[in-house]
Amino acid sequence: MASMLLNSLRNCPVCPAWAVQSAARSLSTTVQLQAQVQTKSKKTLARPNVKNIVLVEGVRTPFLLSGTTYSDLMPHDLARAALQGLLHRTAIPKDVVDYIIYGTVIQEVKTSNVAREAALGAGFSDKIPSHTVTMACISSNQAMTSAVGLIAAGQCDAVVAGGVEFMSDVPIRHSRKMRKTMLSLNKAKTLGQRLSLLGSIRLAHLSPELPAVAEFSTSETMGHSADRLAAAFGVSRVEQDEFALRSHSLAKKAQDAGLLQDVISFKVPGRDIVSQDNGIRPSSMEQMAKLKPAFIKPHGTVTAANSSFLTDGASAVLIMSEEKALAMGYKPKAYLRDFVYVSQDPKDQLLLGPTYGTPKVLERAGLTMSDIDVFEFHEAFAGQIMANLKAMDSDWFAQTYMGRKSKVGTPPMDKFNLWGGSLSLGHPFGATGCRLVTTVAHRLQKEGGQYGLVAACAAGGQGHAMVIEAYPK
Amino acid sequence: SLSLSLSLSLSLFFYSAYMSERERLYCFCVCVCVCVCVQVNTLSVQMQAELTEVMGEVWSNGAVKSAVFISTKPGCFIAGADINMIQACKSSEEVTSLSREGQKMFEKIEKSPIPIVAAINGSCLGGGLEFAIACQYRVATKSRKTILGTPEVMLGLLPGAGGTQRLPKMVGLPGAFDMMLTGRNIRADKAKKMGLVHQLVDPLGPGLKPAEERTIEYLEEVAVGVAKGIANKKVSLTKEKGFMQKLQDTVMGLGPVRKQIYKTVSDKVQKQTKGLYPAPVKIIESIQAGVEQGGEAGYVAEATNFGKLAMTSESRALIGLYQGQVICKKNHYGTPEKEVKKLAILGAGLMGAGIAQVSVDKGLTTILKDTAVDGISRGEQQVYKGLNDKVKKKALTSFARDTILSNLSAQLDYSSFKSADMVIEAVFEDINIKHKVLKEVEAVIPPHCIFASNTSALPIKDIAAASKRPEKVIGMHYFSPVDKMQLLEIITTDKTSKDTTASAVSVGLKQGKIIIVVGDGPGFYTTRCLAPMLAEAVRVLQEGVGPKRLDALTTSFGFPVGAATLADEVGIDVAAHVAEDLGKAFGSRFGGGNVDVLKTMVEKGFKGRKSGKGCYIYGKGKKDKSVNPDAEEILKKYKLAAHPAISTDSDIQYRLVSRFVNEAVLCLQENILRNPVEGDIGAVFGLGFPPCLGGPFRFVDSFGAERLVGIMKRFEDIYGNQFTPCQLLLDHAKNPSKKFHK
Repeated sequence: MASMLLNSLRNCPVCPAWAVQSAARSLSTTVQLQAQVQTKSKKTLARPNVKNIVLVEGVRTPFLLSGTTYSDLMPHDLARAALQGLLHRTAIPKDVVDYIIYGTVIQEVKTSNVAREAALGAGFSDKIPSHTVTMACISSNQAMTSAVGLIAAGQCDAVVAGGVEFMSDVPIRHSRKMRKTMLSLNKAKTLGQRLSLLGSIRLAHLSPELPAVAEFSTSETMGHSADRLAAAFGVSRVEQDEFALRSHSLAKKAQDAGLLQDVISFKVPGRDIVSQDNGIRPSSMEQMAKLKPAFIKPHGTVTAANSSFLTDGASAVLIMSEEKALAMGYKPKAYLRDFVYVSQDPKDQLLLGPTYGTPKVLERAGLTMSDIDVFEFHEAFAGQIMANLKAMDSDWFAQTYMGRKSKVGTPPMDKFNLWGGSLSLGHPFGATGCRLVTTVAHRLQKEGGQYGLVAACAAGGQGHAMVIEAYPK
Repeated sequence: SLSLSLSLSLSLFFYSAYMSERERLYCFCVCVCVCVCVQVNTLSVQMQAELTEVMGEVWSNGAVKSAVFISTKPGCFIAGADINMIQACKSSEEVTSLSREGQKMFEKIEKSPIPIVAAINGSCLGGGLEFAIACQYRVATKSRKTILGTPEVMLGLLPGAGGTQRLPKMVGLPGAFDMMLTGRNIRADKAKKMGLVHQLVDPLGPGLKPAEERTIEYLEEVAVGVAKGIANKKVSLTKEKGFMQKLQDTVMGLGPVRKQIYKTVSDKVQKQTKGLYPAPVKIIESIQAGVEQGGEAGYVAEATNFGKLAMTSESRALIGLYQGQVICKKNHYGTPEKEVKKLAILGAGLMGAGIAQVSVDKGLTTILKDTAVDGISRGEQQVYKGLNDKVKKKALTSFARDTILSNLSAQLDYSSFKSADMVIEAVFEDINIKHKVLKEVEAVIPPHCIFASNTSALPIKDIAAASKRPEKVIGMHYFSPVDKMQLLEIITTDKTSKDTTASAVSVGLKQGKIIIVVGDGPGFYTTRCLAPMLAEAVRVLQEGVGPKRLDALTTSFGFPVGAATLADEVGIDVAAHVAEDLGKAFGSRFGGGNVDVLKTMVEKGFKGRKSGKGCYIYGKGKKDKSVNPDAEEILKKYKLAAHPAISTDSDIQYRLVSRFVNEAVLCLQENILRNPVEGDIGAVFGLGFPPCLGGPFRFVDSFGAERLVGIMKRFEDIYGNQFTPCQLLLDHAKNPSKKFHK
């Protein structure tokens, strides 16, 4: 638990935004004009007898460091804000949607089906069923692909998917012993029984049980695993800090240039209107080098500055069959094409989801790495991203662990996470997936590419990848 | 099935597992920090010389500011000194001088002008640990294979290269005593807590190279970082002591307190070893000399005591057991044609569930079949409890426990036996029941499936008589409690195929057992040796020696469990059963005590520990057991007059032991045993024969066959053929140059 809260401390030692202009050396961004030239030669991924499913719109609340402006809300409030934002953007009638699915990781016990509470609160018709899914950091990806499944199966035409995470408040429980005593107390019939139960309470009963970002199967915290993963692939501290700096610099650039169109403004009750992410803080290599490792001490390489931080936020997307969208007069943003889920060893390969997912989804879509114009990978830790890039570039790894003939290759950095990523924008576990997909759609529109690839890792040693195709102009 | 437990555990340790491999040391310079990579796993004379040479080069190079010592052999830092080097010595003086040389070498390391960091991955035992603690700093991987320890005591030796002098300073007196007197393995995280290592490194998963390779590289990177840090004063060698540590140091600084500790430890050692093991005493002496009289006196005491211990028969016996153990941990029958992946066990009793317990955690898919729901429920609970106890001791995570348990399927019918590779039956010891299940099983299993019987006395060929495929029938005699007792006795008949034997040995090794393979016959080897000794024990009891005195006599001879307690542990009913069966098979030679004593006890419900009453009364949670007065009544009823000529304490001991030993030698004579090594291992690890004697065969070698025959003749005059020495023993008595062990 201590390590979980550690991430939120990252804002203290990293310095303010005076170093904005500095971009990371080898990873720096370049203009992406050549992508436009290529698009004409590429064909669409539409297949006979497979329904075209489109992303009509995607929005998100600003992602805020947990414990800041959102701190007094509840998770469904954030989800509600995202849903209202979506309603507002799309102007879709409140009863046209067939189904609502939300992803979340750490559940508020009062609103365990947060999808339903948020939908009702956002003013959707109470006739629209909603459910909540959980799959760690790819929960909202699962929400979206569930929606795709419902539409593909002909059960629905319009589905809202989204995700929410609220780390400013987490369920902290009484100890198991105390819970047992309290439950027995409920059943106690006589005063004597009650007194003897109360008398049995010891100091140890009072120590609370905290949730942790740790694997249940291995008891290892994710940061610890990320540090080991980085070491396994020989990722240096400098490489990680450079990547983190790149993420922050690119995010800052995108924010300043107004590229993050998916962000909606949110009037927090009793507080000001929030209209942008507050975790973007480009620093300098020198400042970042000063940080001590957060998980493996004293020789680890993962620090607060090169990890994603605890974040509050929610996202929502409107997914429709192409016919329905066109019939309603919408201009879709992108096609949602092939997707895969993968899973592997939760101990030593916890965060390698993108490595396993990428070649698999490309194969399904009949594409290669060079066909992809836009990459959006979830950045859990800079070390995790670098480790994945190295794994994807290794024939030995592909042959030994993935049963493949050769490596899939690395994404070119000039197409990779150009508007920042989870390291800088923030990572509300349940909500990140929708942000990735929406960003791909927006980048395809902006940069003129045809195919985008989303990939993400998740706790439990799982992963996800999806191919997205630009909607013709 | 027999049941007993060894109080002196001789668990496997890799003292010099790779003795034969002697590769050269090499070193490469990185200017500021040098890495000395060891490819040798044992400290030998040759390695000592090379190490001295390499370190000389390192020290004479002014550019080198620090050094890292690391082994490039995966899973092993330095596993200890080469036993052959010690065994080759002819006198204690020779061993003492070896020890002095080791001490000097490590002293140079300790006083090194540049800091030396030991980077430890894998076993760091004995001399390896002594080397590591002479270094200025220790970094170790958290791998399960990383173990630190001073196992010398288990070989009847002491840490003879400065270990008795450095350890007390490093981990404190109590910690040092604990390490050196128990010889137990210490895992890395515990070692860090004790102050034995400074820093831990997590084992890595696979990256761009195999996990193990990358982990060693990573360890080296971290160690080099530390070494550079020490050289440029960024890493401090002195650790800030906590309050408790300071308090402990102050208390230990007081002479009378230390005196009390020496006394307490000595008393405890005396009580546990009955004075039969000299090594612990010498360890205490050496530590005491160093702490009380200063370094030089300590080193001299250590080297002298090391020399003395190396020449003791106890040390030779223990080393023999260690080497025998290594032999019995190998499959001498080749690789089986088909690996056993699915194991079915019949009978979910104590034995059946015990076998399941040691199988599921090795990845064997295991079926546990019984005829009653109560039976499988109890059996499953036993397996669960065994694993959960490990969870409580933090040796296993609750998640790993659950995953392991998913390998177990408890059931009442024969479903899915059709895919079993091996069936082990642990049903009631009755030939008719064994035949019944054998036929039932053969109707459902595939042709390649092996049928193994876990019987403690019924001849396997009698069981196999009911089989359609006797070449696939074999005996696998486990000892109870299966998860604690290391021995597995495998019994082959004339018809058992070699591949069947190879399979059984392979499964046993997978289960972590030490294996002896013996020929078929009533009682095989172990039960057959035990039976005459128990018959003698009953006679001794009938002659009026109480259970407590009988226990004292046997334990003071070196048996970890007294004879009366042993009978209770085995089960009086089992003992009666075995005595009767083997009595029929071997006739009057197996007589002695009256079998009716045991039978009457069984009738009255005194079946031993499992029924709460036997020779003793066992209360729940009570540690002290009291003699069962009703059992004493029975003994009085069957009272025999003791012969004063052969009833001294020593006579009673030899009456018990000589029958055991004679039977063991007879087993070798009759080819039930293939060699004396397996005979010694079986007796010590299966029956608790005194480890300090090294087993019945080594005992004959060191005690003298002639002397033993002489004693037996005295007993023979009174009791007859029960004490007639067998021909092989007589041969050895006639020719003193004949030895079972070279």
